Amino acid sequence: MPDIDLGPLWLTLQLAGVTVVVLLIIGTPIAWWLAYTRSRARTVVEAVVAMPLVLPPTVLGFYLLILLGPHGWIGSASQAVTGSALSFTFSGLVIASALYSLPFVVQPLHGAFESIGRKPLEAAWALRASKLDTFLTIASPMASRGYLTAIVLGFAHTLGEFGVVLMVGGNIPGRTKVLSIAIYDHVEVLEYTQAHMLSAGLLLFSFLVLLMVYTVNRRLPIHVS
Amino acid sequence: MSELTARFDVTFPTFRLQVNASIPLEGITVVFGPSGCGKTTLLRCFAGLIRSPSGFLSLGAHVWQDETTRLFLPLSQRPVGYVFQEPRLFPHLNVRSNLLYGWNRTPISERRISLDQVVAILGLEPLLERRATHLSGGEQQRVAIGRALLTSPRLLLMDEPLSSLDVQRKREIIAFIQRLDKEFKIPIIYVSHALPEVVQLAKTLLLLKEGRLIAMGPLGEIFSQVGVRHVISDSHIGAVIDTRVADHDVEFSLTTLTFTGGQLSVPHQHCAVGESLRVQILARDVSLVANPPAFQTSVLNVLVATVMEIGPIEADQPFVDIKLDIGCPLLATITRKSLAALKLHLGQKVHAQIKAVALTHDFLD
Repeated sequence: MPDIDLGPLWLTLQLAGVTVVVLLIIGTPIAWWLAYTRSRARTVVEAVVAMPLVLPPTVLGFYLLILLGPHGWIGSASQAVTGSALSFTFSGLVIASALYSLPFVVQPLHGAFESIGRKPLEAAWALRASKLDTFLTIASPMASRGYLTAIVLGFAHTLGEFGVVLMVGGNIPGRTKVLSIAIYDHVEVLEYTQAHMLSAGLLLFSFLVLLMVYTVNRRLPIHVS
Repeated sequence: MSELTARFDVTFPTFRLQVNASIPLEGITVVFGPSGCGKTTLLRCFAGLIRSPSGFLSLGAHVWQDETTRLFLPLSQRPVGYVFQEPRLFPHLNVRSNLLYGWNRTPISERRISLDQVVAILGLEPLLERRATHLSGGEQQRVAIGRALLTSPRLLLMDEPLSSLDVQRKREIIAFIQRLDKEFKIPIIYVSHALPEVVQLAKTLLLLKEGRLIAMGPLGEIFSQVGVRHVISDSHIGAVIDTRVADHDVEFSLTTLTFTGGQLSVPHQHCAVGESLRVQILARDVSLVANPPAFQTSVLNVLVATVMEIGPIEADQPFVDIKLDIGCPLLATITRKSLAALKLHLGQKVHAQIKAVALTHDFLD
């Protein structure tokens, strides 16, 4: 039994978890705005959000590397405040992953809010609920399936990313060396057993998560059509 | 009695709503007009779901919108209940939670209506623990009405709440709405394009056509105006009269109704003496006799009437409407030829033969 370093696994799970939380916080207002605005800027924002779907990860990673590095404006701002730039750090990875997985969270939420429509919201307003109250007590629970899908897709997509992480994070064990890169490293030096174990582990894990989600989803009582 | 003062001017790609009116609010006020005339838009302006630039709206002394000072209360801050065309119940909540959603958000000092009252009057007891999605259309609409009432609104807006229901459910809910008016004393503005509902429910009528308010007043008066045929279809115009059951004639199976203008005989009604009954006398069911009939007539109801107004005479129309006074307004549609033959003139006394009295609670069939 060869030794495998499970560090990359924990790091990956941590990254995916943090990324999903960040994405829900950023993605919810974007999806809400997209679903209810009548602004012409909507199509532009939709296109921007969908960009990571079509761009090669290396392109995104390249620009992020420049932006987050000590000479990029985000990186230099971070350096001024915290003393270090964001490239090759865990925070940098979170920013990059969040951007890369943005459409996978925004699109299900956008769809869920759109299928709710304005009608239940108007009904809640007429029952004296403020807009925030309406969002929390009507729209969110009605969009619960959308949230579940967004969480799963956002998490899974972050688990699987490679290019962006490699470009922005490099390959620093314990800090930015995530599972997909670890597998690549093992394969490169022909450590197929280790590569197998990590790959099979990821495969099984992904399957179990999806299985759980679809089971829960089926049992969720809310049907918004 | 409070008054709703509204000034709206909203332009849409296809039409423009222009309203400037003070509407006395008592009982049920029906906004009536053909589809697309702006009824729902007007209601949404009242609710604050549409914001009219340069608009103004006040209920009594409370100003809800005044664009000269940029005042605009959102719907959640207006003491208004809104019953939509579809029930719009919250699918993730059960009936009880739906009912209490607005109640929980109504300041305690403003709560005048309790869950028990609403459950009793709307017959919701057996539904309380059910999921909102597991109710029939009629049940859902009853919950929607109850939910709106539980915010103790100062004004209840209803947008064709019966349009998706079958006749049986319509009757049921109309009865509920009539009870609401009596029990809770909340003025209702009710949008409809279905005349039977209008005739049954309205105390005051607002007639809307192409985004403009063309008539406003007590239902009986508006329905007996000459010229109203341009807004309401010919087959529905005619005076609406509130009567009281005076007597039952068992031998001939007739019921006698009294009203301000006298008496009417109608086929036997299953109503207690003293009960109020709203009837409509369609203009086409009224014929006029200039001289008292020397011959006997099979028409039961013959009333002495004074000619008040002779409707616009249009060269291409065979008919003309005559407005009469029988102690209350009455409308008769006769031919232009008859008008000439009878030589009718204003102030003339005639006999109005009423061939049929329509009982409005039968209209929904």
